[in-house]
This record gives sequence, C-alpha cells and structure tokens, in this order.
Amino acid sequence: MINELSRRRFLSQAGIGISAAWISAHWPEMVSAATHAHQAVQSGTAYKFEFFTPTEAAEIDALSARIIPTDEMPGAREAGVLYFIDRALVTFASGDQQMYRDGLAQLQSVVQEKFPGVEEFSAATTEQQNEILRSVDTNQKEPTIGRLQKSSQKFFEALRMATISGFLIDPEVGTGNRGGVGWKLIGREPEHSFQPPFGYYDKDYPGWQPAPASKMADKE
Amino acid sequence: MMVEHPKYKTSDEVDFVIIGSGAAGGILAKELSTNGFRVVVLEQGPYLTEADYTHNEIKVLGEDLLTNHPKLQPTTFRKTPQDKAKQQRALVYGRTVGGTSVHFTANFWRFHEIDFIERSKVGAIPDANLVDWPIRYADLEPYYTKVEWEIGVSGLAGASPFDPPRSKPYPMPPLPVKSSGVIFERAARKLGWHPFPTPMAILSQPRPGRSACMNCGFCLGFGCEVGAKSSSLVAAIRVAERTGRCEIRPDSYVHHIETDARGRAVGAAYFDKDKNTHLQKAKAVIVCANGAETPRLLLMSANKQFPNGLANNSSGAVGKNLMLNSGAISLGVFDHPLNDYKGFAVSRILHDFYELDSQKVGFCGGGGLDARFDMTPIGFAMNGLPPDTPKWGSAFKKTLADNFTRTMEVFSHATSLAREDNSFSLDPELKDAWGLPALRLTYKDHPDDLKVAKWLNDRALELLDAAGAKKKWSYPIVEQEFAVHLLGTCRMGHDPKTSVINTDHRTHDVKNLFLCDGSSFVTSGRGQPTMTIEALAFRAADRITALAKSGEIGA
Repeated sequence: MINELSRRRFLSQAGIGISAAWISAHWPEMVSAATHAHQAVQSGTAYKFEFFTPTEAAEIDALSARIIPTDEMPGAREAGVLYFIDRALVTFASGDQQMYRDGLAQLQSVVQEKFPGVEEFSAATTEQQNEILRSVDTNQKEPTIGRLQKSSQKFFEALRMATISGFLIDPEVGTGNRGGVGWKLIGREPEHSFQPPFGYYDKDYPGWQPAPASKMADKE
Repeated sequence: MMVEHPKYKTSDEVDFVIIGSGAAGGILAKELSTNGFRVVVLEQGPYLTEADYTHNEIKVLGEDLLTNHPKLQPTTFRKTPQDKAKQQRALVYGRTVGGTSVHFTANFWRFHEIDFIERSKVGAIPDANLVDWPIRYADLEPYYTKVEWEIGVSGLAGASPFDPPRSKPYPMPPLPVKSSGVIFERAARKLGWHPFPTPMAILSQPRPGRSACMNCGFCLGFGCEVGAKSSSLVAAIRVAERTGRCEIRPDSYVHHIETDARGRAVGAAYFDKDKNTHLQKAKAVIVCANGAETPRLLLMSANKQFPNGLANNSSGAVGKNLMLNSGAISLGVFDHPLNDYKGFAVSRILHDFYELDSQKVGFCGGGGLDARFDMTPIGFAMNGLPPDTPKWGSAFKKTLADNFTRTMEVFSHATSLAREDNSFSLDPELKDAWGLPALRLTYKDHPDDLKVAKWLNDRALELLDAAGAKKKWSYPIVEQEFAVHLLGTCRMGHDPKTSVINTDHRTHDVKNLFLCDGSSFVTSGRGQPTMTIEALAFRAADRITALAKSGEIGA
C-alpha cells in the first residue's frame, strides 16, 4: 500500500493485469489456504479434498503442473499448489467455484474434440496438454480453437494466478510454497538481514568517487 | 518504552491539541512540548511500535496493519466535477502512531529553489493554478538542516552539482550502494549525467535507542523493527513523550473541530476505540491529518458560522488544488544477479532534469530518477516480467527464475501542476463505518504532468540502454486514479481569498487554528514530499511558539 509501491502497483495494474489488487484483496485467506495445504501434506494420511472431486483434483494438478512445470527444479506440484487451490475455493475464492466447474467441463469437451479417445486433460500427453492450453490462453495471438468462450479464458487466468500465489507465498507465513521451493527457484534467500555486497555489480564497487569534471548535462 | 507519560483530562484545556501523529504532527508535538507547552496528540490509528511491526506481508499489505482500511473507510473517485464518483479505493496513508513516516521509502530530497518560485520563472500555465510560495528556499533551509540532524538523514553533501545551498553537511554518511545503484551510476555517467548517493531518512550509523539499517529488505510498506528508518515515532514522538508534557492518544478519530460563538476553535471532538465521543479542549488546534484528512475534517466541521467548512469562508479553497506527483517506471534485466530484494529501496538518484527549460521541452515541470527494486515475489511474478514473456509453462518458469534477482527499476518522480478541480471533498452519499462522509477524490492530471512523466521515462530508457540491460520496458503512463502523495489542499499564501493558511500556518479565518502537513504545499516539488513536510513542521513550531509566547493565540 504504501507510497511508491502503491503508485507502482497502480501503474502496473492499469497496464499489465488485475493481479496485484486481487492478491491484496484475498491475502489473509490465502495464508490460511497455504497453511492448510501444508498440514494436509504433513499429515501423511490421504488428503480429503474440500472442493474438488478426485477427478477434478487430478485435472487441476495436471493443469497447474503445466503452468509451472517440474523440470530439474521443483514446480507447482512439489510446492503443494493443488491443496492451496482446493482450500482457496472453499474460502476466499469461493465465488469462483462455478467458474472452475464450468471451466473444467469446457476443458474436457475441448480435450475430447481435439484428441478423440482422450477423456481428460490429465490423461493427455504433455505435448497434447500444451497444445490445449495454448488454445485457452488469452495471451496467445492466434487461438487454435476459435469457438472457445471467454469463460474458459477467465478460468485459465484465475487458475494461473492461484498457481503462482500457491508457489511463491512467503514460506514462513503459510507454507503453500512448501519447503520454500518457489523462493529457491527465484533465488530469494530466506534470511531477514543482509550485508553488502548484495549482488554482482556492487561487489567490486571502489567507493564513491566524485564525477570527473565534465560538462553539465544539456538540460533539454 | 516504559516512560511515565502524562494523561490529560478532556476537560483540561491544554495548550495545543494536535490532530495526527505523522511526519508533521510528530515534529510539532516534539517541538512544542520541548518548548514547555502542554500537548495532546490525537491519532486515529493504534499505538504500534517496533515489537508490533512484522515482515508478514499478509498482515502488513493484505490486512492494512499500518494503513487506512478500505472496508471501514471506503472512498470514491471521479475524474472531473461533472462525473458521478464511483466507489473505489482512492488513496493510502499511514494509520498508526508515526503516520506514513512509519512505512515510507524514506527518500529525503530537499526541495530546490525553483519549487518555490516556478510561477515567476515560467509564467502562467493554461488550466493550472500555478503560483509561487509565499516563502522561499532560504526561509526553509535552516529547517531542512534541522530535519537532517534531529530526525536522522544519511547522505553526502556536495555530491550533486544541482543541490541547493546548504548550511551544514549530513550528520552521517550515505547507506551502502546496491547493485542497482552501481548500474545506474555507471550508465548515467556514460551519458554525462550526475548520479549521486540518495539522501535517505534511514540511519547508516546507530543513534541512541536506534540501530543502523540491517538491510532486511522489508522497507517500503513496512515498519522498521530496529528503528533505523527515521519515522516520526522513533525520531520525534519519543522525545515529546520524555518531556512529560505530551500525551499521545491513539485510537482517537476526530470528527469535527468545535468552535465557540466568537468563531474560535475550542477543541477537537473525537471517537474513542468504542465509538464514544469526547471533546478534548485546547487553547489552539493544529491539524496535521494529511492532505486528504485535513481538508475532510475542516469540511466536516461546517456549522452556522462556517457554512462551507471551517477556515473555508474566505477562499473556498479547502480540499482543492490537489497534487499527487506524476511518475513513471521502467524496468531492466541484467546478465548477473543484482539481488536487489536485499536492503532499503534506493541507493542512487540523479537531478540533472530537476529544472527543465519549458521553452525547449514544451511543458512545465521536471523531476528526478532513482534506481530501485521494490517488488515481493508474487507481485514480481504477476507484474515484474517483460510483457512478452509467456504466461505459463517452461519459458515462464525459466524467465521467473532468471529475472527475480536480475531486475531493477528506474523510477521517474515528477511535478504535478495544481488544478482547482483536483480535490478531496465529502462524498454526498457514501459514509464510513462511523457514519461520517467518505472521502471523494476528483483528479485529472494536467497534460504537462503526463508529458513530463513521458519525457523523464525516455531518459530512464536511455539509461537502461547505456547500462547494457539485456531487456527493458515500461509501465504505461496513464492518468492517475489513486492518491499517495497528498499535497496542496489547504495551500499557504498571503491572500485569504486564494489560500487557506498564512506563512505561520495559521488559518486566515480562525485565529487559533493551524494546519501543517502536505496540504500546506503550494507546488508539488519533484516527487518526495516528506522532507519538506517535516521542514515546514519545524518552522511552524517556531512560528507558533513565538505567537503563543507573545500572547497572540490565547484569548
């Protein structure tokens, strides 16, 4: 909120997306969702989903794993994003329940139409999954499936934001970002006190030197 | 913090009641209580201290631990007086003891001479209410120095050839340079510009009861747990309380200023935590509630004698001439990690474009550039990646992983021209949780404000090029709909017909009512107002003390 942060946020919201306001509005519930996800995984017993059916859970798991895939580094799956979203849909994002149900149903019809014989997104190959997502991603210039409705694009954008939030939320606070894997990926050290040098460019800084006598900039 | 503080009864007529404990209110409380006066400070927010501050982003940013509450205090926005305002979050300000100085970035630039006399230099600007200040830089210089030494500002005197004259160096050296600062400095010098260590109200060396900065990285938006950030709480209010003459009364939400039959202020009426109402009596009232809440309070204090709001009979200017400062942001990505998430926000700035030649550039204004990084991880993933980055998948993940430590921002801070229509006023329909009229923001940037933002942003992009950024882009420059810097709404001036307060910060219309905060500004400066708010507060304290001692305030 906060001085220039807010100015920056405002500017960025206007230009790039809706996300910052959305996060800010839902943050308290997000923490609770993250904590919940953590406990569910820790308990070691079979997780009982609060919103998703087992089939839906498998679909969301597969979808979020395409948004932040697992490669040599952990992805959405390892961070426990699925559990974070399940909790979110019965708390702060409960208004999105119908959108998720509709979005998943529509996705299924896209899958079946595009790849006859494949029943669900999670049953498709990675290549097929990527192709399907390209068709629902609003940011793609040429959607491969023309008749897709706006609702599934909205669903995908909501799922994308939820996946990112569950992946990068402060692990000390909630642990949606399980084991801090999201922060490890981006290189954010978990400490709360640092000493210079901080990075590559300041490590050999020789100390402040007045500028060599030069002409004043043309104040034009 | 276990000092014995006085507790005044509301029926005690204290010398001063100060409304608001932020940058101005805290300093006035310190100065006036040190000068022997009995002072009560009414703060609408809670009394939080270092022990209550936290790095928990959810509590601080999500639950507004330190700031106004959009649910309890809803607001509306419209672009022009002809539009009907819609409900939307329109502003942010500090709502805790210490006010916005608790969570601010702490950039502490002095105003330059031009900021006080721009109208005389550039002439009238169409559709702008640009006038000179009734005081000059030289009047404020001793108080800028006082802010630096008493509140605690780190910096390097003489490092910028554009700096206005100063009577004393900074009390402590600048904070360490960050990687963004080194990149900025090298590139700016290549371009023939004059970067320098930014003055910051953050300690580079410890002071009694306060640590030097530990570079935790939770700075902008957060309260400082070690007292390194020079908030008015740690730097002024604690001194005021130690005098034994100043009471800070938190959770006290003032809803009107009471006046008597002679048209003099007799005290401040406020809600306590349980919404019970009280009247704190005082010989004089000083409003330091910020550039939004100060005019709101005056407008809410309307009565038969003051039908247009208190101190608004002569000019009708209360709430008008609002300036928010214009600005722009460009981002750049570099080959190696900057790790700029560590530490305070800003380490290098430049002022080569502070005073542009309006004849040459075709608009009025100017500003400064700074090097910074101020994003948290989720916000960065949403808003900090280059616009052409895929939104999901391996390439998204890779860019996120590569860029978080390698990105910096160049922030352009610039002027806003006053326009009478730009204002804070009372919404005719919407009420807050206490049943009081909600704030309504009316704002449309002057065309020159957008031009100066664009011009400076072009320089920021040049700088990122010269720095060898492997990628660079900008956020779009758009008309503002959200207020952070709250300036000009009760402007200072000699003429009661066009200004609200005189050079003593006394309202033209009510002899024992004073206003001091961002509302006092006549021009916007170049984007960093708090230093000037504090200098004005030190000066106002001298003026008010002199008036009180000569018996010109009391009955």
